[in-house]
Amino acid sequence: MAINWFKYSAPTTFYPLAGKLIPWFAVSSAILFAIGLYIGFVVAPADATQGEFYRIIFIHVPSSIISMLLYMVMAGYAALGLIFNTRLSSMMASAIAPTGALFAFISLWTGALWGKPMWGAWWVWDARLTSELILLFLYLGFISLHASIDDPRRADRASALLAIVGSVNVPIIYFSVKWWNTLHQGSTIKYSGTSMHVAMQQAMFTMLAACWLYAIVIALTRVRSIILDREKNTKWINELDEVRS
Amino acid sequence: MSLDIWMRENPLTYVWIGSYAVAFAIFAVEIAMVVHKRKITLQQVRLMREASEED
Amino acid sequence: MKKLSLLSLLILVVRRDLVLAMRRRADVLTTLIFFVMVVSLFPLGVGPEIDMLRKMAPGVLWVAALLASMLSLGRLFSADYLDGTLEQMLLAPQSLSVLVLGKMASHWMVSGLPLVLLTPVLGLQFDMSVPAIGVLMLTLLLGTPVLSMVGAIGAALTLGLRGGGVLLSLLVLPLCIPVLIFGTGAVQAVTSGLNVSAHLSLMGALLVLALVFTPWVTAQALRISME
Repeated sequence: MAINWFKYSAPTTFYPLAGKLIPWFAVSSAILFAIGLYIGFVVAPADATQGEFYRIIFIHVPSSIISMLLYMVMAGYAALGLIFNTRLSSMMASAIAPTGALFAFISLWTGALWGKPMWGAWWVWDARLTSELILLFLYLGFISLHASIDDPRRADRASALLAIVGSVNVPIIYFSVKWWNTLHQGSTIKYSGTSMHVAMQQAMFTMLAACWLYAIVIALTRVRSIILDREKNTKWINELDEVRS
Repeated sequence: MSLDIWMRENPLTYVWIGSYAVAFAIFAVEIAMVVHKRKITLQQVRLMREASEED
Repeated sequence: MKKLSLLSLLILVVRRDLVLAMRRRADVLTTLIFFVMVVSLFPLGVGPEIDMLRKMAPGVLWVAALLASMLSLGRLFSADYLDGTLEQMLLAPQSLSVLVLGKMASHWMVSGLPLVLLTPVLGLQFDMSVPAIGVLMLTLLLGTPVLSMVGAIGAALTLGLRGGGVLLSLLVLPLCIPVLIFGTGAVQAVTSGLNVSAHLSLMGALLVLALVFTPWVTAQALRISME
């Protein structure tokens, strides 16, 4: 069956589709969160060396992965919007950015809380934590550039260019920070060093899926508001059920 | 210092309140903001529609 | 208007911007004074122990250079933007990337090069050894052009915006972190008796990368901001 994907790249068709998908994603995200927490706190045993503290991993690692993934997705949408001039892609990019920044923040926060019992300090200049901090800065730069340009078209294009430059820079920043870190012989968490129980892996993947679905739900809801706002003068918006009532 | 001792004695409470409660609170705030934004935008669009119908 | 060869176009733009900068010498001096002041504030803030200062010196000088170059970046395009020259440059049948490269080069000569030349004096304030000062100057020589070039992207994106200066720093500073790391790393390597060639080659690689990509990206950013 050939589905015409381009059909859904127009706001007119995407808006109702997203509206239909959101409840499903939301429910499955909530269920997966419940399952992930159950496995993580009831099924998975306490870690031999880190005791109960390691259970932060089930929120820390998924949020770090999601924050990086979202930056790549955001830059991808931004590039599509810049190259093919599709309105929806630029709207998606600006809808994803706040969620990505929040995930980066959660990752830093939980990392600090994990660091305190493990290293005895809230903040250690670990390569991963430092790169995550810089990622948060990149998100904040994108959001503030988009917010300070009044003309939506210029805002989309300028922030898209910034996102692309940022995504080219992310690997360079990551490797330079890692190199800097080994130079200073700072302490590093070794996730791979401790052998992971099967239940731990299951909990982590379930939480990862839950966070991913959550991010999709939020991004879709936000992009629907953006579509409504940007297209409020068009006919199709004025014929929507939720607008007419 | 007292926090350190409390932490060692109640690791699960520390993990829950410190990271999971904060993470879910952030999610809750974000959901509330997104829902609020949707409500406001819908209101604006309705107002504009009514204004244009009156003309 | 006849189409100029790329090299003569480059020289033309650099000369024009340098002449303009010389007419407004105060701007150039402010950046320099800012650099010296920030560097001199650090000993007052952290105390005069010479061992600690010697260790901190490369980082302090690099961060100060980073901040000083942010300060002058706002002016990179704004004067030309306000008097309409920039619009003419966009319309001109010349390569915009080369025009932008010329502006970057003259910006570096006005705001980066003086910092490099001042470094020995400030290094002596921090009791740095002569080889360390030499390497620091070399890294600044390789690194400050990258700051000017990456900064130009930010300057083009924030052209004509409210609060552009602060926003510009917010956008550009995270992108400059690799330069900072390798720049200070090289000096620390030389003071602990290690080989500095790895750091210097990496900085050279960053410089080449920036030289290849940033003029084009800045030209695109200018087109976005001006349309």
